[in-house]
Amino acid sequence: MTRLVPTAVLTAFFTFLAAVSASAQSIDDTINGIFASSTGWFVSLIFSNFPGTSFPWIVGWLVIAATVFTVYFGVIQFRAFGHAIALVKGDYSDPNDAGEVSHFQALATALSGTVGLGNIAGVAVAIGIGGPGATFWMILAGLLGMASKFTECTLGVKYRNEYPDGTVSGGPMYYLTKGFNERGVGGGRILAVLFSIFCILGALGGGNMFQANQAHAQLTNVFGQYPGWITGIIFAGIVFAVIVGGLKSIAKVTEKVVPIMGLIYVGTALIILLINYDKIGWAFGQIFAGAFTGLGVAGGFVGALIQGFKRAAFSNEAGVGSAAIAHSAVKTKEPITEGFVSLLEPLIDTVIVCTMTALVIIITGQLISDPETGNYLLNEAGTAIQTVGDTSGVALTSAAFSSSIGGFKYILALAVILFAFSTMISWSYYGLKAWTYLFGEGKTKELTFKIIFCIFVIIGAAASLGPVIDFSDAAIFAMAVVNIIGLYILMPIVKRELQSYMSRLKSGEIKKFN
Amino acid sequence: MSEKYVVGYDGSQVASRALDFAVARAAGEGGSVLVVHVLEWSPYSFLTPEEIEERHVRRKEELARAESALMAPLKAKIEAANVPVETQIKYGHVAKTLCAVASTEKATQMVVGRDGDGGLSTRVFGSVAGSLVQIAPVPCTIVP
Repeated sequence: MTRLVPTAVLTAFFTFLAAVSASAQSIDDTINGIFASSTGWFVSLIFSNFPGTSFPWIVGWLVIAATVFTVYFGVIQFRAFGHAIALVKGDYSDPNDAGEVSHFQALATALSGTVGLGNIAGVAVAIGIGGPGATFWMILAGLLGMASKFTECTLGVKYRNEYPDGTVSGGPMYYLTKGFNERGVGGGRILAVLFSIFCILGALGGGNMFQANQAHAQLTNVFGQYPGWITGIIFAGIVFAVIVGGLKSIAKVTEKVVPIMGLIYVGTALIILLINYDKIGWAFGQIFAGAFTGLGVAGGFVGALIQGFKRAAFSNEAGVGSAAIAHSAVKTKEPITEGFVSLLEPLIDTVIVCTMTALVIIITGQLISDPETGNYLLNEAGTAIQTVGDTSGVALTSAAFSSSIGGFKYILALAVILFAFSTMISWSYYGLKAWTYLFGEGKTKELTFKIIFCIFVIIGAAASLGPVIDFSDAAIFAMAVVNIIGLYILMPIVKRELQSYMSRLKSGEIKKFN
Repeated sequence: MSEKYVVGYDGSQVASRALDFAVARAAGEGGSVLVVHVLEWSPYSFLTPEEIEERHVRRKEELARAESALMAPLKAKIEAANVPVETQIKYGHVAKTLCAVASTEKATQMVVGRDGDGGLSTRVFGSVAGSLVQIAPVPCTIVP
């Protein structure tokens, strides 16, 4: 009898779980159905191509904006580069302000929100489809994106709200309203509301469900298949403990471990490059040749260009407006200094980390080419390049690293999970800021959003919600549509700030302390 | 020139002993005391987005708490002993910050306590007293 009871309980428990997962399955189907039919038009609109091309207009929108800001601010990404480094090192920080958030901390926190799956899995997708040449266009887009980040983060700080209790709230929704009013341009409030809606959707989707989903995919890659809701509940529990329970210790550990994981990742990539140092010249040759000829990839060099541009835009979020929310919380006397610091993000995220992933995949010879023509061989469908283990996405990155350093897939799995977790924490904050902009500040209102956020972690890990994820990616890019309209209208204000700061820097009014 | 003692103070017993030592010396020779409380802080630590948002408020709270709980009671006590006293609350690396204050305030001596814990963490990271011995800009007394 005493032995039967636990068995009975266990049986009941598993029956219950099976029932839950079965009903979850039907819920998934329902959600899929509703989403696909009601949001499909939105997804197609955002990811539709320029007429007569296979070039998504949203990618063009981001790259054109980045180019405009680069020209308008006179290649600020190179002019202000040295000063940005000096700011991060603390050369211009008044020692009496010690104890406030430093530029380094603001940069590190914003980076932990952007460095993630895009750098590991996304780059592999881009190289797999667009070939080595995609790397060239990715780096170019990353360099241009620095100017977009500079613009949005300066505005984020300049137009943030400061409350009597000393806390601050900022981001595109605030500069769209306040900045537009200041310039006497209408429609700011409508854009701000639109931005907030897209930001909440993007936070729940790309910043949450997609991350949970990919973290689970990576876990099953290492431990074998098991139901996704288990990952979901564990992740949701940890996220809940951090964002609702205020369990700072977990967040603190993650925030410390994530940069270390980033360094381990880049360090390992560098070691692999050193091992294969004789092929580095060849790899860059492939990147340049591929950038302008395509080396046989689908769509030729245009195919490589689209993949590279797309990956840079997806990865560093320049122009999306999320970084403006992250940076605006920093207490600083000069809004433009946050802009300078933030322009380092696309450089680190895309030009350094993404490029490392690409180089390792190329140098370890994962892509199969025809020895006679030197062109890459395509798979049967003609959509992607043949790879050694017939892998793509994160599995391709994993295979490339493991081929040089065995067992790296375990470290990579850990990195993916930590990156996913830190991205979730960052996006929960971005989503919350948009939520409180729409519904007002207040404990109950904030708690409502945080609980919704945790529920979406479970949904994201449990199901393969293709349409939902498509939709949430589309929402993140819809943020960019609204945000960049705002940046065009407000860029003269940033230029004024820039000129004023630069002249004071030259005259010595802005002092160097160290 | 009368002596000016910089005293590192964190509210602990050894810190109190160091302070008593400095006050007694200052009272004897007509010197003054500058009590410095350093809140350990690194601009290179990592914070979550929410911590960043709250940081400015937290800093104000921490300063207010240090002032009311640590510094205010001290001032009254030291002034009662007829020794001129100033206080400062700083953020940063403890030993380096104490030295920086000693230099800018033109102190002639420094006094700190030591916790006497020679454990593993001290062996690896060093102690405040140990660092001061190496980097202090003025003579430094370590009170056990």
